Amino acid sequence: MGSITLANVTKSFGAVNVIPPLNLEINEGEFVVFVGPSGCGKSTLLRLIAGLEDVTSGTISIDGADATAVPPAKRGLAMVFQSYALYPHMSVRKNISFPLKMAGLDQAEIDKKVNGAAEVLNLSDYIDRRPGQLSGGQRQRVAIGRAIVREPEAFLFDEPLSNLDAALRVNMRLEITELHQNLKTTMIYVTHDQVEAMTMADKIVVLRAGFIEQVGSPLELYRSPANLFVAGFIGSPKMNFLTGAAAAKYDATTIGIRPEHVSLSDKEGDWKGVVGVAEHLGSDTFLYVKLEDGTQFTVRAEGEVSFEHGDTVYASAASADRIYRFDDKDIAL
Amino acid sequence: MTNNNPNYNKLIVTLFAWAIGLLIFFPILWTILTSFKTEAEAIASPPLFLGFNWTLENYLEVHERSNYFLHFWNSVVISVGSTLLGLLIAIPAAWAMAFVPAKQTKNVLMWMLSTKMLPPVGVLIPIYLLFRDFGLLDTRVGLVIVLTLINLPIIVWMLYTYFKEIPGEILEAARMDGATLWSEVIYVLTPMAVPGIASTLLLNIILAWNEAFWTLNLTAAKAAPLTAFIASYSSPEGLFYAKLSAASTMAIAPILIMGWFSQKQLVRGLTFGAVK
Repeated sequence: MGSITLANVTKSFGAVNVIPPLNLEINEGEFVVFVGPSGCGKSTLLRLIAGLEDVTSGTISIDGADATAVPPAKRGLAMVFQSYALYPHMSVRKNISFPLKMAGLDQAEIDKKVNGAAEVLNLSDYIDRRPGQLSGGQRQRVAIGRAIVREPEAFLFDEPLSNLDAALRVNMRLEITELHQNLKTTMIYVTHDQVEAMTMADKIVVLRAGFIEQVGSPLELYRSPANLFVAGFIGSPKMNFLTGAAAAKYDATTIGIRPEHVSLSDKEGDWKGVVGVAEHLGSDTFLYVKLEDGTQFTVRAEGEVSFEHGDTVYASAASADRIYRFDDKDIAL
Repeated sequence: MTNNNPNYNKLIVTLFAWAIGLLIFFPILWTILTSFKTEAEAIASPPLFLGFNWTLENYLEVHERSNYFLHFWNSVVISVGSTLLGLLIAIPAAWAMAFVPAKQTKNVLMWMLSTKMLPPVGVLIPIYLLFRDFGLLDTRVGLVIVLTLINLPIIVWMLYTYFKEIPGEILEAARMDGATLWSEVIYVLTPMAVPGIASTLLLNIILAWNEAFWTLNLTAAKAAPLTAFIASYSSPEGLFYAKLSAASTMAIAPILIMGWFSQKQLVRGLTFGAVK
């Protein structure tokens, strides 16, 4: 239960081709994150799976059965929207019970399930309030509650945390991850935030302009990005890229090195530069170095580092195997 | 004199607003005053404002001469009936136009509105003949049908603008929650649009209540609403201003009272589309 297969799926809006032929296999119980910059088609892809948009061609199967022409109400999927999309005229209880009422369950069973969900999500105290009287985090919980009560084949999340403040976002991230561990239901989660992708996913699907750039576990993508785009997108701060002579030395068009894999010295090293900004976070220090050729280079050093604005520094790779090499087509070598 | 004094400006604006308000209200006030005069006082020159012998004679006579409650009941049935029937047709239509627009939706809306640009008298003869052949002349059913058709474009337009304000994601959420199309419209869209639907309902009841062209031309006695009741006092054989005023006052009183209690909703209805 809960496996989803996309075969040669395409989507066009008029003459604009948003999703080129795309194939993807989502296994039962997996937490899959679609990540990519805005406009990459990740939300469209989710809406195609939900059935809220019709595919232009190709097939979508849920649990092996062709669901391409099945309306969203009959696909057995639950969705949590970015705007929460709660029913403003209904209390929390009515919001959560709505899908059960639509499924035609009897009142006793509805009450049991709604009370259970409210307890799990800490909503019992607010059960008779309307969405307008709740905070952002509480609304998000109601939206999740509405999704879990019907025990769907899979959950679809469309950037559910982007309207929350930073602290709450971290909390909700943990709650959703825990929810997945408890329910073991397939989850598909769309975000533009690579930190969310890295922390939550079993499998990340990196999208750009509708194309899948790479599919893999968070660490696979981190360790062996398939191309320059994935290398730059996964990891925070972003990977540094060098071209020209520095890259030619490694027999590549472009080389990349992550900020956390750089060692700094004030005497010698491969790349000379001047410290622009030094951010001292206590646990780490981020240094933004301007290299001699003008390239911006980010260094993440552990703990306290004494370099300050204006210091001349030499950066090198911590070890040679930490250098990523890319050819003239931006493909990893 | 300092023109920049905010209190002074406020006073001017207030006086101006009152002046316009009274100007608009004056005909109604004059009608009400005239209804309490004798026929001689009603046409006196110079006109009498308050200094006349107040009398209820006109009301008694109007009440004696015609069956006010029959006309009142006809007005209620026709205006409420045509508005409810209109809403029943317009809610699904406006849903389709607002949430699943096609290429020609805007044009369809314009076309619907364009039917309001045709002078009703232009279709009087065909409609009269149809009514005659179907036996609808002087029936409340006939008037409900014709007023529904006359006001339908306005109902659809108003609901369309209200529905456009409802986020589509909420309807999508209902679809994901397993709601059928009808459940979506009944449990989610309609309750959310209640303020808009209420404004539309009120405005259309008023429009239908005051509609005089079709109600006068298609009725004789049985189905005649209050508009026909007023008209029966402006007879060519003689002018009875005081009785005409009494009839008018009795005809507008119910809708005036209803309008007074639903001012807030009405203002929203009258400015529909003005604020997004």
